[in-house]
Parts: sequence; C-alpha cells; structure tokens
Amino acid sequence: MSDGSAAPLLRAEGLVKTHHGEGAPAHAVRGVDLAVAPGEFVAITGPSGAGKSTLLHLLGGLQRPDEGSIWLDGRCTDSFGEARWAVERRKAIGIVFQFFNLVSDLSVADNVELPALLAGVPPKKARAEREALLAELGLKGKERSMPGELSGGEQQRVALARALVNHPPLLLADEPAGSLDSKGTREVMRLLSRFHGRGQTIVLVTHDARLASAADRVISFFDGRIADDAALDGAPSRRGGISGVLELRD
Amino acid sequence: MRLPLLALLARGAAHGYELKQDLELLLGSAYPQPNVGQIYVTLGRLEKSGLIEGEDVEQSSRPNKKVYHLTDAGREALHAWFEETEDEPRVRDEFFMKLALAPQTGLADQIALINRQRRQYLNTMRNLSKLAAAENRDNRIAHLLIEGAMLHLQADLDWLERCQEELEELE
Repeated sequence: MSDGSAAPLLRAEGLVKTHHGEGAPAHAVRGVDLAVAPGEFVAITGPSGAGKSTLLHLLGGLQRPDEGSIWLDGRCTDSFGEARWAVERRKAIGIVFQFFNLVSDLSVADNVELPALLAGVPPKKARAEREALLAELGLKGKERSMPGELSGGEQQRVALARALVNHPPLLLADEPAGSLDSKGTREVMRLLSRFHGRGQTIVLVTHDARLASAADRVISFFDGRIADDAALDGAPSRRGGISGVLELRD
Repeated sequence: MRLPLLALLARGAAHGYELKQDLELLLGSAYPQPNVGQIYVTLGRLEKSGLIEGEDVEQSSRPNKKVYHLTDAGREALHAWFEETEDEPRVRDEFFMKLALAPQTGLADQIALINRQRRQYLNTMRNLSKLAAAENRDNRIAHLLIEGAMLHLQADLDWLERCQEELEELE
C-alpha cells in the first residue's frame, strides 16, 4: 500500500518462481508485484507452503526468479550475478533466518564483525560497531561465547546484530521467531519495532500474527499470490476501543 | 461484575470506590475504566439478594460512605463460583454465517469477507501489542489477560487462513 510518495527502496514486478523437484512442479511464486518504501515495515503472512519464504529469497537474491524483475533502490538487478548479489547482501541487505545460520566455530564477536570486515570496514571500526550492537541487543559479556552456548533467543539477537552491522538500508527477516518460545518471540518483536522506529526498512515473513502486527503493513500471501495488502492503522475496534480486552458483564 | 466484586470483598469490608481502585490495580490498562456507577448499582443488587451487607460510616467533612462486607450466603456463592468451570468461547458465529451464506445471496464475495475480517483482527492485534508494551511489566495478571486475548485472536486468524485455503481451491 505504498502511496508512491517516496521512491521505493525495493520494487518487484511480475515475479514468478517454480520449483522443479521430484513430482509435479511447485508454483511457489505466481506473479507478484510489490513496492516497499523507505522506512516501511512490511510483514508477509500466510500458511506454510504458500511460497512466502521463496518470495523473500527472491527479494534477497538467494534465489533467482524465472520471470520478473527486482529493483534495489532504483537499480535493476536483472544483470546481477552471484557475486554481485553477495555484495548487495553485505552492504545493502541484511538477512535473518529462522535457524539463525551463525557460523558455529566462530565466536559471537567474530560472527558479527565478519561481514563488516568483508565489506572493507577497518577492524577498529568493525569492533566498535560490534560492541555497540551487542550492548544494544543485551548481549554484553557474550562476545567470547560460541553460538552453540547461547539460547535460541540469544542466537537470533546475534544474527540480528550481524545483519545490521553494515547498516543496510533493507532488513529481510525469514520467520525470525519460528524456532523461538513466546518470550523469544516477544523479544524479536520488540527489537524489530525498535529498529523500525529509527527508520530501518524491514520486510518480515512470518506465520505468527502477533509478530506481523508489529508491522505497519501486512501482506497476506496465498498460493504464490498476494491475496490482500493492508495498512495497519491501529484504528481502535468498535468494541470499547483499546481497553475493551475484558468485559465484565452485569 | 457481581462475582468479581464478591471476591474482592472476601478479603474484608470495603466501599465502592475502593473496589473500583482494586479492579484497576488488578487488571491494569487491559480493563476498561471501571465505571463507578456500575459498581454502585451492582453492590445495591448484591445487597438486595443478601450476598453482602452495607453499613453507613460517618465521615466528618463528606457525606456518609457505605462499607460492604460479605454475608455467609455471599461466601457460599463465591465457593460455588470457584467450583464451576466456565463455558468455552465460541466460534465467531456471526462472521461464520456471513461466510456460509454469502455465495447463495450473490451479495458478497467470501474471500473479500475474509480479507476484511482479517484486517480488523490484525488491527486489534496491533492494539493489543501496544497495550502490552505500555502495561507495567510487573503486573502479571494484566499481561496474562492481554496474552490470552492475543492467543484467541491468533487462533481466529489461523482459522481465517484455513477458510481462505479451502475456499480459494474451490474458486
């Protein structure tokens, strides 16, 4: 529901992706148009198998579409090869995954600093960035821990720090709370909201409506297509407004 | 409202305004501003049915206030309240009937109905998230109440998703 007032940070047109595995071809993404404005927080929800993760992978260049095009901040990515996408994911796009995907034999500190160093940031600055992010994410004192020694919620926070260390304009999150308990889910929700509040553009794929409700726009994805695209204005519901949670009758 | 007020009086005698404050403290922002008038009306009814008794207490500079205490019959009613289990919440029947009847009328599209309903649920979910964020962290009861509302809503949203999956296949 981008009103076109700002040039989109991310734009997709006519995206199609079919998986050819064993058995019948699976039409994961069947013609998707999408524009995400700078500073927007968009959630994509839908049943499992609807193709929403595939869509996110297309947007991050982790998979290539069969048809259609993607523009990053106005740049057409049609001609991008593997290496160019890797550079984009280092600088312009941060990604967090359901299973964190941390490098298991690197410390927490190294996991976060690595993408900064790969992007050519001087080591001193990379360390400062890492220190600031880990402190902000409540992970002070965990720098030397190995990912396997951390809880799921902590690992996801490390993954978030790693995704944001190069200040990418766009953050993609694929079921970031999918393997967390409800406390971890609330934590992820709080952090995404906080970064969004500072202007971070976020595209989040989730089946969790609680998580999705942190976004200001929710896209319902069914069977490879956008079924609905709604701005959440937080308009109070008719019944007693915001405080009508509990009704004591009589 | 009747039984919760009785339960608040089980600790000891209190007047209407105290009970309103007790409710606010217990339920936090998740509770609509308790209407003190409604509390007085309910207390009147409880007294009439013999579950509580009121006593006028003189105040020097203000009108008398009425302090209520639980009677034996009131205590009995409370026991019975705690003893009983409650009915389970129902499926949103009105929406379900719209969904079931839409095709026959030709007046509404089922998927459009689902999409509209989903938007409302998502907005409510957003409001609940905000409410939870604003609520005092230490008020566990209030947080549990909000979480309960969110989980119900999540189930309603999951069910809408199921409806959409099934009905889109038919289209």
